[in-house]
Amino acid sequence: MNHSASHTHVDDMGQLHHPPPVTGASQDFLIEGAGCASCVGKIEGALKRVPGVQAAEMNFALRTVTVTGNANSADLVESVAQAGYTARPLDSDPGADEMAEKEAADLAYYRRLLREMTLALALGIPLMLYGLAMGEMTVSTPAERGSWLLVGLLTAGVMYFSGRHFYVGAWKSFWNHSANMDTLIALGTGTAWLYSMVVVLVPGSVPEMARHLYFEATAMIIGLVNLGLALELRARGRTSEAIRRLIGLQAKTARVLRDGAEIDIPIEHVLMNDLVRVRPGEKIAVDGIVIEGHSSIDESMLTGEPMPVEKHVDDEVAAGTLNKSGTLVCRASRIGRDTALSRIIRMVKQAQNSKPPIGRMADVISGYFVPAVMIIAVLSALAWLNFGPDPALAFALVSATTVLIIACPCALGLATPMSVMVGVGKAAEHGVLIRNGAALQTASRITTMILDKTGTITRGVPTVTEVLPYNGFDEHTVLRMAASLESGSEHPLADAIVTRAREGSVELQAASEFQSLAGHGIRGAVDGRQLLFGNRKLMADNEVDVSAQLATAQDLAAQARTPMYLAVDGVLAAIIAVADPIKEDSVAAIRRLQNSNIRVYMLTGDNAATAKAVAEQVGIRDFFAEVLPEDKSAKVEELQRAGEVVGMTGDGINDAPALALADVGFAIGTGTDVAMESADVTLMRGSLHGLADAIAISRATLRNIRQNLFGAFIYNVLGVPVAAGIVYPITGMLLNPVIAGAAMAFSSLTVVTNANRLRLFRVEED
Amino acid sequence: MLFVNLLGVLLIAGIAWWFWMYRAPDAAVATQGIIEIVVENGVYVPARVEVPAGQPTTLRFLRKDASPCAGTVLFSDLNISEDLPVNKSRDIVVNPPTAGIYPFTCQMQMYRGELRVTDAG
Repeated sequence: MNHSASHTHVDDMGQLHHPPPVTGASQDFLIEGAGCASCVGKIEGALKRVPGVQAAEMNFALRTVTVTGNANSADLVESVAQAGYTARPLDSDPGADEMAEKEAADLAYYRRLLREMTLALALGIPLMLYGLAMGEMTVSTPAERGSWLLVGLLTAGVMYFSGRHFYVGAWKSFWNHSANMDTLIALGTGTAWLYSMVVVLVPGSVPEMARHLYFEATAMIIGLVNLGLALELRARGRTSEAIRRLIGLQAKTARVLRDGAEIDIPIEHVLMNDLVRVRPGEKIAVDGIVIEGHSSIDESMLTGEPMPVEKHVDDEVAAGTLNKSGTLVCRASRIGRDTALSRIIRMVKQAQNSKPPIGRMADVISGYFVPAVMIIAVLSALAWLNFGPDPALAFALVSATTVLIIACPCALGLATPMSVMVGVGKAAEHGVLIRNGAALQTASRITTMILDKTGTITRGVPTVTEVLPYNGFDEHTVLRMAASLESGSEHPLADAIVTRAREGSVELQAASEFQSLAGHGIRGAVDGRQLLFGNRKLMADNEVDVSAQLATAQDLAAQARTPMYLAVDGVLAAIIAVADPIKEDSVAAIRRLQNSNIRVYMLTGDNAATAKAVAEQVGIRDFFAEVLPEDKSAKVEELQRAGEVVGMTGDGINDAPALALADVGFAIGTGTDVAMESADVTLMRGSLHGLADAIAISRATLRNIRQNLFGAFIYNVLGVPVAAGIVYPITGMLLNPVIAGAAMAFSSLTVVTNANRLRLFRVEED
Repeated sequence: MLFVNLLGVLLIAGIAWWFWMYRAPDAAVATQGIIEIVVENGVYVPARVEVPAGQPTTLRFLRKDASPCAGTVLFSDLNISEDLPVNKSRDIVVNPPTAGIYPFTCQMQMYRGELRVTDAG
């Protein structure tokens, strides 16, 4: 861990400046070249002699050393170098540069694999061509023995330089009681080489007909498997494109106003409450609150919402979004790991690495796979030795080697995680954050979707559409009374009434005896008069006669408006109607869900007539009306009991229990200010298209996983018996181990490539 | 031929015992709440670690293996997955609630380790 965030730099005069040391910090280094325990004392001694070092402790097992004190990193590296070793600083803080480092490491590994492949094929291809031209490679004369011995030694060189990682990996795994792909490659190529060397060195020990050589197979298999690994590495890199894009949204620097001056500083140096200036065309560096200026902000990279969002003073802005037009000054409210962008990145990464239940079976099989293949190879060899034609030994060897080489545990292991990686990333591109693989899998199986009305289908910002006074009251009076009473309420409808009153310059009065009656309305006293404000049930319970106005109320409800009754001292004073406009694209998005064979229900606290009108407007046939907030989860349960896989979509505020109870809970947000931790799936943009996207992507991902698993299973289930020689009685031929090597190398590549196909998946909006 | 067949059967029995049935008796135990695990050459060293139930323990992974297979460690039963950078230590805090055996693996189940959780009492 390097706790000092400092860098060595060169000044204008060409002088090298080390950063100021940080007192009491600890720094970790990885030591290379330390082969024996006696090195520990030398390295620790060298470090302790550096001025400022308080302690240096080396962990020989890990080859790491922890240095405490205030020496700077470069001096410590130098002191270790003078002692004859190499020290590399370790950093355990996951930073923004991690992706770049990972890519650099992957690139280096890719190049290494290509070098190793080239060397192996440089020997393998000429040998194979020679074999094709000359027929079987055998040893007959002493001169041939000499030449083949040289080839055998060259092959050993290839095994060392190009295939060492297989043999070391296999050896270490073996002593760890585990076996993996390395084990299979090492056993397959090692057996072929050893047998060939026995034929060359002690030909008499092998029946004459079985004196074949397989050096070309060893070299070719090592080359091809390395090539496969290199191509797979490249393809795997593409699966993390989405996360790379998200990380790329992070700004590197921020322009901060400090002590009256504007300075550009690295993003990690920005402090809470710093004032950050963002000019048009610039990325916003940290989450903040606008304190000066206004602008339109492109949030599409986070939310998938294509329309820019207007931001004014007191609005929140998110790191990674793009300032389109004006200059803003923002006060940093969340920095570093706490910004919405950082949380999104962490959540997507976490979800990308999690496994849906569909992959569990493959995991169980993977655990037994390699030893099982080894056993099949032995059985195959025994079968050939006992029942095979001459040369039985050569057949036994080829079949066992081919079985080992063709089996591909990697394809099986990669099938699920690669698709999840791409699918979750694809969803993130559309502003859909999926919590984990299980949520992804269940989302693909949803048969019924419940949509909360307010804020989900509608905008969630109700407005007053009608004020109809009765029994001698006037509009101004009823609005004043209703708004005064509602000003103490937190209900969304209350906001609409208060806003309308303010627009009409109605002065509000203090209300007393305020009482909220959940699912019914409110009561209280204003100006000494007893008020009731709410639905028909509230009026009925309090014996207020509304029969004369019932038809009017029903008319309003039929127009998707919510009529509310105001009673003053037991007499109906007014009907105030409120409507919550439907989001423009709700109709199209709901149609997309229905077209995916999902039965859509609407759920609302509204009366049945209003609910029916809204449902009809958006094309929903089934709805639950007059549902009290605490009864929402009962509706979810009701549908689950009927055997449905139920998705529930709401804003996550008053429907949290229903979201939690549903098979998959979708929290719909507006912009980046959503409670991401609250639901299985978070929809960053307010549009229901996000929901349809989530369903479409989850289904496409699961389809992709099934293709991969099927392909990997079928490949192994067919490949292994063919390699063992099951078709020999029909074809009279055994599979060539080199072809098995090529098939194995490209089977896992096929799985990764198929997963990458998901990147091209397009969701279709009407 | 009898000898060869006998050898083959013994080999099969050996494979089954060595890879499937063998249970290593020892496991690394945390000192001061930290266990260091090196990821190299296809294995976790140590591959078996013992931690007490209900107490947070830090597993400090150091990946020395550039192979992308080593890039992620998963504790499926604990819902933990973490990317491991090359040549950098990465701390993962585990706090398994109940005693039992919790495997940890790479994405493809080729690198395998075992978290043995014992009753704290």
